Amino acid sequence: MGGGGGGAEEELTAQETALYDRQIRVWGVDAQKRLSKAHVLVCGMNGTTTEFCKNIVLAGVGSLSLMDDHLVTEDDLNANFLIPHDESIYGGRSRAEVCCESLKDFNPMVRVAVEKGDPSLIDGEFLDKFDIIVVSCTSIKTKLLINGNCRKRSKHIAFYTVECKDSCGEIFVDLQKHSYVQKVGGEPKPKDLTYPSLQEAISVPWKNLPRKTTKLYFAMRVLENYESSEGHGACEASLSDLPAVLALRKDMCDKMSLSESQVPTALLEQLLAAGKKQHPPVCAILGGILGQEVIKSISGKGDPIKNFFYYNAADGKGITEDIPPPSD
Amino acid sequence: MASSAAAASSEEAVKAAKVLMVGAGGIGCELLKTLALSGFRDIHIIDLDTIEVSNLNRQFLFRQSHVGQSKAHVARDAVLKFRPNINITSYHANVKDAQFNVEFFKQFNVVLNGLDNLDARRHVNRLCLAAEVPLVESGTTGFLGQVTVHVKGKTECYECQPKPVPKSYPVCTITSTPSKFVHCIVWAKDLLFAKMFGDKNQDNDLNVRSNESGMSKSDVFERNADEDLDQYARRIYDHVFGYNIEVALENEETWKNRRRPNPIYICDTLPEEAIWQNGSSRDCNNEQEEPSAMVSLGLRNPQEIWNLADNSRVFLEALKLFFEKREKEIGNLIFDKDDQLAVEFVTAAANIRASSFGIPLHSLFEAKGVAGNIVHAVATTNAIIAGLIVIEAIKVLQGDYKKYRMTYCLEHPSRKMLLMPVEPFEPNKSCYVCSETPLLLEVNTKTTKLREVIDKIIKSKLGMNLPLVMIGSTLVFEDGDGLEEDEAANYALNLEKVLAELPAPVINGTKLTVEDFQQELSCSINIKHSDHYRDEFDEEKEPDGMVLSGWSAPVEKQVTSNGGNQSVASSSGADDTDDIVEDISAKPGMKRKLDEILESKENCDASSSAQVVEDDDDDDIVMLDEDPKLAKKKRLQ
Repeated sequence: MGGGGGGAEEELTAQETALYDRQIRVWGVDAQKRLSKAHVLVCGMNGTTTEFCKNIVLAGVGSLSLMDDHLVTEDDLNANFLIPHDESIYGGRSRAEVCCESLKDFNPMVRVAVEKGDPSLIDGEFLDKFDIIVVSCTSIKTKLLINGNCRKRSKHIAFYTVECKDSCGEIFVDLQKHSYVQKVGGEPKPKDLTYPSLQEAISVPWKNLPRKTTKLYFAMRVLENYESSEGHGACEASLSDLPAVLALRKDMCDKMSLSESQVPTALLEQLLAAGKKQHPPVCAILGGILGQEVIKSISGKGDPIKNFFYYNAADGKGITEDIPPPSD
Repeated sequence: MASSAAAASSEEAVKAAKVLMVGAGGIGCELLKTLALSGFRDIHIIDLDTIEVSNLNRQFLFRQSHVGQSKAHVARDAVLKFRPNINITSYHANVKDAQFNVEFFKQFNVVLNGLDNLDARRHVNRLCLAAEVPLVESGTTGFLGQVTVHVKGKTECYECQPKPVPKSYPVCTITSTPSKFVHCIVWAKDLLFAKMFGDKNQDNDLNVRSNESGMSKSDVFERNADEDLDQYARRIYDHVFGYNIEVALENEETWKNRRRPNPIYICDTLPEEAIWQNGSSRDCNNEQEEPSAMVSLGLRNPQEIWNLADNSRVFLEALKLFFEKREKEIGNLIFDKDDQLAVEFVTAAANIRASSFGIPLHSLFEAKGVAGNIVHAVATTNAIIAGLIVIEAIKVLQGDYKKYRMTYCLEHPSRKMLLMPVEPFEPNKSCYVCSETPLLLEVNTKTTKLREVIDKIIKSKLGMNLPLVMIGSTLVFEDGDGLEEDEAANYALNLEKVLAELPAPVINGTKLTVEDFQQELSCSINIKHSDHYRDEFDEEKEPDGMVLSGWSAPVEKQVTSNGGNQSVASSSGADDTDDIVEDISAKPGMKRKLDEILESKENCDASSSAQVVEDDDDDDIVMLDEDPKLAKKKRLQ
């Protein structure tokens, strides 16, 4: 186990100090030690999670496990720099296997492994092996299930989802209860945050949300709802579904007293047209933000995002949204 | 938003584009990868640097086995592995080399900077202006970063706005009255280390004290032929930490309003070791390994703050190890933050001096950061910034200048934003680089030599490499190769003349024309004569004894060991910082002049708070309005 076990007093090795010199200057030795003891599971390998994996392997987490049994196809090559352009290498192998092989090279001090299986079936003690779980390119149903199971464990497991739809992206964060040290004017102050679950964060009545809430939040909920009602997986809806999606938008907006203009047709069209396409610069941005968030949550240093992050290349903004649980 | 048409045209623009990347370091590795994934097919990349171990935590195209190899070449090969069908041309070279002239720049549709120093950034800015190629500029420090777009005539150029001013220290603060740990580091590194192990012929302010004491100058640091190494090390210790402090204390005036330092002698710090072993180092350091005082003394944790006794032991041990294991290098050594023994020596010396002056001590890890001007760097910020660069580059290729944005990456959300786009500003009409506004130089024309104006103003402050100076139609100086012998001799003569005595006299009201052909930059300097003598200028603000107005960006300068001026040769990714903050660690063959020593500082201007221009449209734009200078600027329409 790379860096696993041992007391907190254990010093970094000379090799670790040399390799991690520049980042220890950013987050300190204690954070580096905590990182080296953290175990991360990523379900779903795509351009965005690939970026994320690169970032945390470089940062020096204890271990990284990849779960994605899908065989590599040509489509997967697009935004993914972990898959060599050579069918003799990737042919007949799963995304997790091929990505794992490349990632191992990035940092010999991190254990990278493949977990075979179906993300929609993971629960129980399996989850206890991890401190961090990141889920991508699966249905909302699977995400809700994993998030719910994480919350049932007595062990604290931080849960994240990330989706990139061409030039737009969304990150969701559930740290359950998170205590960390906040710096206020140079003074360290302990701070506690309580996060809503994914279920809660997507079911809050829209009329309760501030008017300035990003339109992407609503648009993503409409699509999610549509895909789930049609039994689609994530990102499987396409432009031809637009009329049905617009009907659903009307329904949801009416029910929750929100003006339809808050979920613009152009935005829904853009997201549907994206399908599974991921814009590589946006993957880099989302994978970078997510990497930073995971490092913050492991190290207990820095203000974590609560609880959504949105990026849209069209306006260039990277926005955080604090979506509360529904009040009774 | 006819999305599919726009998408098609952006794809075409990307496919057809020829782009130049300057820098294959932290941002560069991420950028090259993202460009390749985004469909770019013709990428040229320049970087001067070779790979070091401390790069590997974020420059993910490099592996342990690549240490010592060219960053540009290795990055190219690594990216071709996952994108074999694109063209990447790599140059292991300095972007300031003559081969990268305006013609070279003209072949590109856009230039993308992933540099770490101001000097190279300014150079690339000028070439882009001259070649009329758009520039996307970037920088990161820790979790902060920024991407800006510079298009001639449409947006401000890189030099239109003042850059964060790097700190410089007056000589006397370093030699006599340190008040911060960084002053002790500068003393240990640039004076003591240089004196002990560097070029002995180099002027060094450390001499001053021994001169005054009447001792012959260089003898103090010279090891006598039959002198025992241990004795020698102790003698140096007592001289620099004891005797020199005693001498300084004699000048009562200095200490009227200051805490008096304590002289420190080895017999007081290590009394029990008065008759110490004759070099403990011999057995402990095996020949294979890099000699290290920490290793021989059994000090293992670089994060630990050593006490005065430990620092004294490290000092003696490191000094002895240099003489025992690295004697051949003595006389040619330049401080290098990756040289463990040098870092140990400098840490110990700085801490002993700090003890003397009542300044808190620091760990080797911290001291190394200060001495090497190491800037914090993480992979995630570089990845985000590289993504933002590509997004701007695609807009530039489409010529969609109304959509250009400067983007700031913040550590804490401001107005809910972690990534904050800002509309670019119009060119600054009084920018000496991209407009024709003359500069004003206030100088004593009767006492200031042309050489000083060229070195301290034209090269150092205006960042020119190979300047030419004209007064009216008289050419008084030209730099570079290919000069006739008599011309060169004439210019050399002019250099030593004071301004008022040049063939075309420079007096109050004279206008100088200064040009750099490589940068295709020309500017005018109006001279205002001042009767001030050098001493009357505020040493902190204008250590050169001249006041230049109408310019903004200072540049780091170094003096070569032969006394000639040369700007820091660092080009692309010259150090393993990825940064806005220029790295000033000495490069081989160079030494830094003390009054131009800069302080490493997180000076990412992203940290200034910004405000959203509120309106009812959610697609609003952000404008920085904290800085009154920025607020005055007009936004692009």
